[in-house]
Order: sequence, then structure tokens, then C-alpha cells
Amino acid sequence: MLNWTLALPEIVLGVSGLFILLGGVIPKKESFFPVSMAVIGALILAAVLVLGQGEGTAFLGQYVADNFSRFAKVLILLGAALGLLLALDFNEKAGLGRFEYPVLMLFATLGMMVMVSANDLMSLYIGLELLSLSLYVIAAFDRDNPRSAEAGLKYFVLGALASGLLLYGASLVYGFAGTTNFDRLADALSGDDVGTGVVVGLVFVLAGLAFKVSAVPFHMWTPDVYEGAPTPVTAFFATAPKVAAIALLMHVLIGPFGDLSAQWMQVIWVCSAGSMILGAFAAIGQRNIKRLMAYSSIGHVGYALMGLAVANDTGYRGVLVYMAIYVVMNLGTFAVLIAMRRRGRALEQVEDLAGLGKTDPAMALWMAVFMFSMAGIPPLAGFFGKLYVFLAAVQGGFWTLAVIGIVTSVIASYYYLRIVKVMYFDAAPDGALDARPASLTVVMASTGLLTLLFFLFPAALIGAAQVAVASLAG
Amino acid sequence: MIAAAAFYLFAAVLIAAAVMVVTSRNPVHSVLFLILAFFNAAALFLLAGAEFLAMILVIVYVGAVAVLFLFVVMMLDVDFAKLREGFQRYAPVGGVVGAILLLELLLVFGTWQFASDAAGFRLNPAPAGVDNTRALGRILYTDFVWLFQLSGLILLVAMIGAIVLTLRGKTSTKRQDIAKQVARSGSVNLRQPALGAGLGAIGIERPPVEPPPGEKPRQVEHAGHGHDHGHGGHH
Amino acid sequence: MTQQMLAEYFPILVFLGIAAAIASAMVGGAMLVARQKPNPEKLSAYECGFEPFDDTRRRFDVRFYLVAILFIIFDLEVAFLFPWAVALGEIGWFGFLSMMGFLGVLTVGFVYEWRKGALDWE
Repeated sequence: MLNWTLALPEIVLGVSGLFILLGGVIPKKESFFPVSMAVIGALILAAVLVLGQGEGTAFLGQYVADNFSRFAKVLILLGAALGLLLALDFNEKAGLGRFEYPVLMLFATLGMMVMVSANDLMSLYIGLELLSLSLYVIAAFDRDNPRSAEAGLKYFVLGALASGLLLYGASLVYGFAGTTNFDRLADALSGDDVGTGVVVGLVFVLAGLAFKVSAVPFHMWTPDVYEGAPTPVTAFFATAPKVAAIALLMHVLIGPFGDLSAQWMQVIWVCSAGSMILGAFAAIGQRNIKRLMAYSSIGHVGYALMGLAVANDTGYRGVLVYMAIYVVMNLGTFAVLIAMRRRGRALEQVEDLAGLGKTDPAMALWMAVFMFSMAGIPPLAGFFGKLYVFLAAVQGGFWTLAVIGIVTSVIASYYYLRIVKVMYFDAAPDGALDARPASLTVVMASTGLLTLLFFLFPAALIGAAQVAVASLAG
Repeated sequence: MIAAAAFYLFAAVLIAAAVMVVTSRNPVHSVLFLILAFFNAAALFLLAGAEFLAMILVIVYVGAVAVLFLFVVMMLDVDFAKLREGFQRYAPVGGVVGAILLLELLLVFGTWQFASDAAGFRLNPAPAGVDNTRALGRILYTDFVWLFQLSGLILLVAMIGAIVLTLRGKTSTKRQDIAKQVARSGSVNLRQPALGAGLGAIGIERPPVEPPPGEKPRQVEHAGHGHDHGHGGHH
Repeated sequence: MTQQMLAEYFPILVFLGIAAAIASAMVGGAMLVARQKPNPEKLSAYECGFEPFDDTRRRFDVRFYLVAILFIIFDLEVAFLFPWAVALGEIGWFGFLSMMGFLGVLTVGFVYEWRKGALDWE
């Protein structure tokens, strides 16, 4: 009846989280490294289970597993596992080597998986809260650093507000449509006359979710939180939760509210255009590279939302391809940022990269690859990501949006290329960076190779995205 | 009739208390008004037939959340008078935003209209002849087991978060570890020396302590036989 | 159904009414009957007493907050037990095990707290 075996990946991840927590706390001595390894193992195990997962709904329609959720979950688990790998060395050096960090990341990942598998407004909310609560805590994980504490508090207050908006919208939808289940909502809202109440509820739900993806009118928290949180936490924030939130947004808009697309397309249009413009202009003046990445991520979300605004299968496919490429590029970039450390001190300014081309050519090369890719220069992966959403926008007749996208990506390439220029043409002021740990090199090289060689095998990703979208619309 | 009168009474007090939460000068008074608001909201839930929610509101919100708020208000050393300085300045903007929201909501409720077959979609209509708590209990742990267990995990994460963010490591105070004391063996012996025999005569077992170089020779303690005092000579 | 349930709560409403009436009668009576001669000296410290040096509301230790939040978490957990206990006869073994799983998760949290020393005061 409940068909609970379908949710095996989540159940296994949750139960292993409990055991890992016990395993971390019962020994007397601090066990950051073994616990992290165990968490990475659990994430990989969950990814294997996701790949072998069947399709269908479970728990009386509160949970759904299909190709779309599988695509998103694999991406999320990949992002989380690499994100944790990035934290290993940094946290030890920054005195954050406490075993709660990987455990909280595991529960955050579980929350994301629940989110993308949600087939009911209630499971959506529960998953979102599990994710958010874990993220609030790890944003403030460096609790003795006022900036980190501020980041955590800001994120918490604004996130609670967004959750409140989402809940309010969900209650309006429930009040006017009489159900919270996505399938039944889709039935209830299929008529011509759905009433203003549902639309207002939808807008509130959208506002709550737009906060989580940091799309433009709800982006205010992003730069401060990204700057204040410890760098590996920022890396995590910028990757897996973004994918989960975008996937959730797609699932909600296309599934239950599919017949209201005329209403939500305008909202997404505005969010997309605003995010692209803000991401391009606000990042130009940033000297702190984490802040710069925050604005860059706002811009990227704008491009991804462009595919959603088009509201057809080509657009949705573009969003998935974009997010997959975005995660890979961002993990690589943050691996470089985390490796920026001179005489034991972590660095965060753009100028600190000066002379990297001479002092550490390998790292500079990878960073250059990521920057060119983010700017969308062919034949790197980022170009293909942009290509597919722009193509969808043009085919769908969204000329204005496509033009905004192209203009802003030209503007945005200024600050990406400035980083490359600083690395190769500025003189290094205080010598080389510290030797970087092997884990960062692994992440850098693997994501770098994926970004660099994507053009050789684009069919795999695009095919997977195509299959995922097909299950979503069907 | 009485129910309707009670509804208006509690609703009026609720709104008044909510306004006082926002406007009262003293933050502690705000919290107390919040408690009043919780009580009235509980009464409204009761009038709506949600008995269980009403009781939970009293137990959890009044009993625990409000206490937590009081702690937080007292823990934060915020000068609330200063915090309030901008109130006059921001009031017009806030008022406009609030008015727009109110207008929107009025528009919404002006066109109140259920989907035609909404009642049929309801997943779990309240069964007749069963009280509220039992009706919840029938489905919460079986039909909604997925959400129920995830709520447990959310509570767990909240617990971890609270400890990670606020718990300082062990303080410098030395604590008595009874298990360690009991597990000690061989260091405490009971003997019965002959009356009048000195320490040397019974061959006291404490080895002579070599003072570490560069440190004052430490004093021999009087009651130092094998007891772990934890303050032996280092300062 | 609702009517019948509300009828059970009617005595509480009556009690609330009586409590409000008595309280307002006492306060109001004191205001109306007693002689009011306000004088600042009446509010000053008595004889050799002194004015307080600082605010009487001192800052609380963060540990109070930790205890309070841990209390809330367990309070919520207990709140889930009420409907379960009421409906246990109808939800069978599955409902029973479901609650055991929930309590198991919270027990893991409890072990965590205990081992971290969050339950020790000093």
C-alpha cells in the first residue's frame, strides 16, 4: 500500500546518517575525517540506489520517483559528495574539523532528495525545511567568526520569512483547490476558471522558492551569506541546493500548476531577466571573490530560469543541462578558491590570485578553464549550457529575454576574464600559494576535464536531460 | 450564539495583543502579549473544532516557545530604544507595503470560490463521530508515516544545530569522575601500622618525587595518599 | 459534533469570565475606592536603600537558551505522542512501529546530547 521500498535511497541515507552521527559522537576523540569518509560513502551508496530506483509514487502519493527526480538526485548527490571533499582540508585548517559538519551535510542532502521527490505540498515543505535548517547551521558553523555568525543569522531570518511565504501560499492553494497532492492539484486546476485565490497562492509559493534559488527580487541574502560563510560551505550552497531548488521549482510549476503556465511565465520571465542583469552588473565592482561568485550564481540562475520561462520541453531540457554544467563548473571554481591560501592564511580577494599563472600554472590553467566556461566561451561546457537555453528562448519567440541573456553574458564575461588577466598578467605580490591538498587537486582536475571535454560527448547529458523532461511533462 | 460571541471576543483580543506585540516599548512586554495572543489563537482553534491543535498551541507555544523567546530577549543585549529609532522613518514605507498586501488579500477573498469539486479531493475528510485527536492519530502515523519520520529528522537536525552553535567545549572546571575513581586499584592501600611507628618504619610506598628542573620543589601534601586531588603543585 | 465538543469547554469559558471579572473588580475597585496621592518620594528607595546601579535585567547565559531549545524539541516529540496514544488501538502494529522509529531518531539525538555534554550544567 505504502510502497515504501521505492524510497529506499532516502531511507538508507537517513538511517546511515543516524548511525554515522552515533559513530561520530560515541568515541571520545574528534573524528572529522572518518565521519566525512563515511558520509561520502553513504552519499555514493544513495546515488547507486537512485540509479537502480524504480518509477512510481509511494506513501499515498506523497513521494514520486521518475526520471526527472533521478536526474536531479544524481546531480545533487554528486555535488554534495564533491562539496564535502572540498571541505576536508579547509575545515581541519580553519579549526572547523567537527564531525557535525558532514552529518549536517548528509541531512541537508536528504532534504534535497525529499524536495525533488515531493509530490505533495507537505512533503515539499518538509524537505525544504530539512534542507534549510541544516544550511542555516552550517552557514554559521564558524561560530566564533562574526561574519559567519552574521551569515547564518541573516540566512535564517530571511529563510524563515521565505518559508512563511511558501507556507502561506500553500495554505491558500489548499484552501481554494482542496488538496495538496500534486496530481490532484493538476486535476483541480485544469479547468479554465481557477480563481484568483489559487493564483495568489501560487505567487506566494513562487516567492518562497525564488528565495531558495536566489532569483532576483529575493536575492538580497546571497552576497552576504556567500561572503560570510566558510568557503567550503559557500561552495556547497552554490551547487547542490541550487539544483534541488531549481528542480523543485520546475516540478511544482510544470506538474500541479502546469495549466497555469500563462500566469507563472510572466513571474519567471521577470525573475530571469532581473537575475541576469543584476548578476552581470553587480559583480563588476566586487573585489572579494566569494561575493563575486555570489553575484555570478545569481546571474546563472537567471539563465537557467530563462529555459523555464519558455515553458516548453526544449526549455526545460535546457534548464537541466544548464544546471548540470553549472554544478560542475562551480565545484571546480570553488576548489581553486579553497586552495587559495598563503602561509596558512585563507585568501578571498581577487588580487590574491595575481601571478598564479607563473607560481602554479596547473591551478591557473584550471581556473582559466572554469572562468572561460562561465563566460560561455566555446567549446567549453558553459557555452553549451547557454546555447541550449538561448536556443529554446529563440525558438519559443522570447526574443527580448534572449537578447538580455546575450548582452548580459557579454558584460559578465568582463569580470570572468578579469580574473584570468589577474592570474596571468599581474605580478605576484607575496610569492606562491601554499601547496594544495590532493583532495582539491582531484576535484579541480576532474571537474576541469569535464568542463573542457564536454563538447566531445554532449549527447550523454543531453539525452539524460531529454529523458528526464519527458517523464516530467508526461 | 455563545460560540459566535466567544469567537468575536477572542478574535478581538488576539488582534489587540498582536498589535501590542509590535508596538510595545518593552520587549519583555512584547513577549507577554505574544503569550496572550497564543492563548487567544488556541481558543479560536477550539472554536473551529481543532481541539488537538488548540492544546498543542498552549503546551508548545505558550509553555516552551514563549519561554525561549523570553530567554532570547534577555540574552541579547540589545538597546531596544535605539533599535526603535527608525520606526517613525520606516513606518510610511511599511504601511504602504502592508496596505498593498491587505488590498491583495481583500481582492482574493472578494472572489472566494472553491474549485467546483474541491470537497471530493480532500484526502482525509474528518470522519463523523470521532474527536479531533483520534482522527489525527488514525492517519498521522500510518498514512503520513513518510512526513512523520522526516519531521523526526528535522527535530534531530534542530537538536544538532542548537548544540553545534551554542555549546562551548568543556570548561576549565575539574569534575569528579566517579567511574575513574572506582576503577583505580593498587594505589590505595589500607594498613594498620604499629602504634607510634613513623612513616619510615612502615616503608611508605610513595616514590620520591623528582622535581622537574627549573621548578620549585613541590610541597608534600598532607592528605595526598593516592587520592586524586587534581591540584598537585602546578599553577 | 463541534457543538458537543464546545459544550464540554463551556465551563472553562465561564471560569475565564469569572476570573476576568474578579481581576478587573479588584484592580478597578482599588483604583476607584483607594485614595490616590501620587508623590515621587513614594517611589524612591526606602531610607538607607540605594538606587540600583544598572538594569535589573541582566544578560542571560547562552546555556539557558540551549536548555530551553532542547526542552522545546522534546516537548514537540511528546506532543506527537498524544494522538498516537489515543488512536493506538486502531492503527495496529504499523502505527506502533512508526512511533518507535520516531522515538528511535530522537533517542539518537538524546545520545548525541548526552555524549556532547549538553545536559551537564557545570
